Amino acid sequence: MNIEPLDFEKPIFEIQRQLEQLKRESSGQRLEVEPEIEEIERKLQKTRAEVYSKLTPAQRVQISRHPQRPFMLDYLQHSFQDFVELHGDRHFGDDAAMPSGFARIGNHKVVVTGHQKGRNTKENLHRNFGSAHPEGYRKALRVFRLAEKFGLPVVTLIDTPGAFPGIGAEERNIAEAIAFNLREMALLRTPVVSVVIGEGGSGGALGIGIADRVLMMENSYYSVISPEGCAAILWKDRKKAPEAAEALRISAGDLKELNIIDEVIPEPAGGAHHDHFAAAARLKESVVRQLDELKGQSIDKLLDQRYERLRSYGRLQEAK
Amino acid sequence: MGIFKKPSLKVFGGGKKKDMPEGLWINCPSCGAMLHQLELDENLKVCHKCLHHFTLTAEERIKSVADQGSFQEIDVKLETTDPLGFLDYGEKVKTYQQRTGLKDAMVTGRASISGHPVLVGAMDFRFLGASMGSVVGEKITRAIEIATKERKPVILFSASGGARMHEGILSLMQMGKTSAALARHHAARLPYISVLTHPTTGGVTASFATLGDIIMAEPKCMIGFAGPRVIKETTHQNLPTGFQTAEFMMDHGLVDMIVERKDIRNRLSEILDYLSPAPTGQGRQR
Repeated sequence: MNIEPLDFEKPIFEIQRQLEQLKRESSGQRLEVEPEIEEIERKLQKTRAEVYSKLTPAQRVQISRHPQRPFMLDYLQHSFQDFVELHGDRHFGDDAAMPSGFARIGNHKVVVTGHQKGRNTKENLHRNFGSAHPEGYRKALRVFRLAEKFGLPVVTLIDTPGAFPGIGAEERNIAEAIAFNLREMALLRTPVVSVVIGEGGSGGALGIGIADRVLMMENSYYSVISPEGCAAILWKDRKKAPEAAEALRISAGDLKELNIIDEVIPEPAGGAHHDHFAAAARLKESVVRQLDELKGQSIDKLLDQRYERLRSYGRLQEAK
Repeated sequence: MGIFKKPSLKVFGGGKKKDMPEGLWINCPSCGAMLHQLELDENLKVCHKCLHHFTLTAEERIKSVADQGSFQEIDVKLETTDPLGFLDYGEKVKTYQQRTGLKDAMVTGRASISGHPVLVGAMDFRFLGASMGSVVGEKITRAIEIATKERKPVILFSASGGARMHEGILSLMQMGKTSAALARHHAARLPYISVLTHPTTGGVTASFATLGDIIMAEPKCMIGFAGPRVIKETTHQNLPTGFQTAEFMMDHGLVDMIVERKDIRNRLSEILDYLSPAPTGQGRQR
């Protein structure tokens, strides 16, 4: 796969281009260029290490939105097996932005739900850019109920810029669809593991994100508002999104520090889009380990812990 | 404000001007009628001509429904720690605290409504648009938890710009926290009445505000999830007339009833009669 470089990756791609050109030109010739190739390779490694070791929050947001990043169905293909998709909310429609169904991961049979984005315009029209309508959230709850009924754990893969802001979504009560999931998931009598694989866009993300374990891919973000939206409110200027991304503390490391999530899943250098297989293997390893841990626990204890987890969110003090 | 002050001087004439202290007359933003502050206060801040509902403070709101003298506030002193060190948030909070006399945007407590003991809460829109951060979420959660423990109904009045971005992800998580508390209250078969007032939006709409067993809305108030500007920009569609109003919600079957402010107390008490065991006496707990 040819990877589209992000603006901050351009130095790396430029050196790579030089290296390939030199290799091409020198192939079949004498060995005099070898020291030069080695030199460039050293430079490449150094630049990669430099760029990728200090990614800013804004750069991570860019990676999280990369069109070649593995999406939900990529993980279903590489980390899971035997996906059986279930369609429709039984009321209004089937939301293609939120595929749901049965799947196997490791030794676990699970119910899985997540947001699916498209890689090109045609796919995105079908998937609505990963922004679900109320039908998506209601379908999710329907399959969660199946999970509860048949004793299957739930895995949710979160990747949405947000729930869809549209007339139909409001008419069919998108707010209630999310709120209802929050309430019902809090007492869902089966283990739930959520992974933010790309964008964790506000209520649209949380609507399938009440869980016993919450994990984040290293370059994903999870936020109450998009950095652009925040910048537009604060400074009337969406271009200041990088500052907003910084202030909002939305990257996986920040959320771990704030005790919101349990685990950061490392990504291949430069982001999951550089190596879908490696990213999927790491996600699988983490999800299976979490499911193993949750499996033996009594449901009542699990629900108490889930409640305590939600209960612990927030920072406050008594004024003097 | 300058626009309407000039003609008002003509109406009352130069001589009368001295008898009208500044700020006593208010222009109704909906119909333009000149309303006297005292008259407006007596009318629960509703324009007598067009029924425009002015925003109430949390204190005024609770007073408008609770039995006289029954309200006992809880968690009065909870305040934010500015957990992210977010820009000038800390300063902002101090300013709003001084301006409103509140520590944050939510007032909660025990009260009785026509003798029904309840936990009641109201959001105060003056305080940072009554956005929900850690403190708002915590106060709501604690009120619900007390209600569950004491087997009482919960009544919450919403008016909010949504989740408070200054506390980042912690604000988002308040949606989960309040909803989880309601899950337990619900499982204990206790009544929750949500009253939506102008405006109820974003993360508040998408959590506790739409989880009421009964949902009431004040006339013409704005209720929605996404902001109208965002919807317009995303969909490139013209928004239907009256989009995201209480009446729109009613037409689409999303609220139980639209209730004028002066009638809310009675409707609450009527519904509580159905949902709670009858009280043994005025203001007494069972």
